[in-house]
Amino acid sequence: MANGNGSNGSGGLGTKLRERSKALGDQLGSSQVLTSIFRPGSIFRRGYTDSPRNRSYVIMNSVLYHLHPVKVKRHAVKVSYTLCLGGLSFFLFILLTVTGIFLMFFYRPTEALAWNNVQQLETAVWFGSLVRNMHRWAAHLMVITVFLHMSRVFYHGAYKAPREFNWVIGVILLTLTLLLSFTGYLLPWDQLALWAVTVGTNMMGYTPVFGSQVRYALLGSKEISGDTLLRWYTLHVLLLPFVIVIFMAVHFWRVRKDGGISGPL
Amino acid sequence: MPELPEHLKRRAAERRKQLGLSGDTEGAAEGGTEDASAGAPTEEAPAPETPAETPSQTPAAAAGEEITESKGGVPAHLLERSRRRKAAKEGGEAASVGGGGTATAVKAAPIATPSGTGPGGHTQRLLTVVKSGSIQQVRGEAQDKVHTWPHLLVIELAATLSVSAMLLIFSALVRAPLLGLADVNQTPNPSKAPWYFLGLQELLTMFHPMIAGVTIPGMALFLLIIAPYVDKNPSNKPEDRKFAISIFTVFLMFWTVLVIIGSFFRGAGFNFVFPWNDGIFFEL
Repeated sequence: MANGNGSNGSGGLGTKLRERSKALGDQLGSSQVLTSIFRPGSIFRRGYTDSPRNRSYVIMNSVLYHLHPVKVKRHAVKVSYTLCLGGLSFFLFILLTVTGIFLMFFYRPTEALAWNNVQQLETAVWFGSLVRNMHRWAAHLMVITVFLHMSRVFYHGAYKAPREFNWVIGVILLTLTLLLSFTGYLLPWDQLALWAVTVGTNMMGYTPVFGSQVRYALLGSKEISGDTLLRWYTLHVLLLPFVIVIFMAVHFWRVRKDGGISGPL
Repeated sequence: MPELPEHLKRRAAERRKQLGLSGDTEGAAEGGTEDASAGAPTEEAPAPETPAETPSQTPAAAAGEEITESKGGVPAHLLERSRRRKAAKEGGEAASVGGGGTATAVKAAPIATPSGTGPGGHTQRLLTVVKSGSIQQVRGEAQDKVHTWPHLLVIELAATLSVSAMLLIFSALVRAPLLGLADVNQTPNPSKAPWYFLGLQELLTMFHPMIAGVTIPGMALFLLIIAPYVDKNPSNKPEDRKFAISIFTVFLMFWTVLVIIGSFFRGAGFNFVFPWNDGIFFEL
């Protein structure tokens, strides 16, 4: 009995609510605020029904999706062609940016505090350990996906005219990815970080003629120290991301300008 | 030669029959068709050519010309009208000398006074046939394409979501290493670079540091960058580029094997070990 009453009551309330929300929706849909936010033709203004026109509008009226053309070659949407490697590299970069910003809230790049901060992050910050793990594993994964993406592009001959220059940008992006990963490697300031970076930078010290200068510029001092930490931190969170975003923009833009994705084989 | 549309040919034939032109209708229609291209000296650009030849002509003139030359013959009403016009206008004489008999018939047509209807009560007539090739040239082949939404975006969404999920689960289960505080006086044994540089560190055991640490990786990057400019083979089919593919595969295998050896087969003092005997000396 009580149940029946309850459902009846909620049914009446439900229809009333639905009417209210519909009226509110109509009001909002025609309000100046909403029309100023969404461009003409936006599915948020006109509603979405599946038609070629609306399919195009979905892409054209979104700044993010607008990276894509409205239409793509049919073979390009086969997962087996690209394995999504390039897109996933980009996605991992975004993921790394988000998790990295979170980590920056708790980290000070000084000899005295860096390791302690990481330790506190692991133990005393909500989701600190999880986010740090994600940041580290995503970084390793990104090195792998970028590398595999390069291999995929080579095996498809996708670097050939007119895409030669985009391949060159891709090689630069691979190098920048490695540098980003390597600069991040030092930041926990533990034994692993210190000695991995020592081994790595010692090699660069053997650059002919300018060896010691190159090493000094990289380390900010004769040996790895707090100066190195600050320098690599700045490179890791600011300079290298800035540069890589510019190159990524050119990379994506050239994909479109060079006639979309390559192939079919 | 671009084909005239079937329905236009048919209409021309019917028209001829109606006007009672000499010669069998079939032949006349055929002749008319051929003249359509013969009248225009270059097939690609009849439109610019025609006015150059007889500057006063309009498309209507071109149509008249075709019919004249097809012989056939000039439709009687056109000849008649042109004679009338010529008589009325003196300037017509000069033009007819320059352009020949054909142009005479033709010239009159566009200036004809709008006399309401033509013979047989027709209110329209075919002015000219513009061949499709002269208007636009289609360069690109039509490609088989699909809409990005939903076909591509759905795949991207699935890919990003699954990678996020895998990463989240992996991160929840496996902790990122955090060893003791950095100490410059305590060198761990072995000291290893990050895994992607372990190939270089492996080379360091064989070559002078300048060769292993600078020259070889520099060469590798340089080779990668110039690859598209060296590889002149235009094909992207695997069977056409066996050499490029084998070279690149060797290149990949070279680094992969070096990284694997450096990661798992190097122990204390960076000496060669078997991981199943001495354990793994590797931190990510």
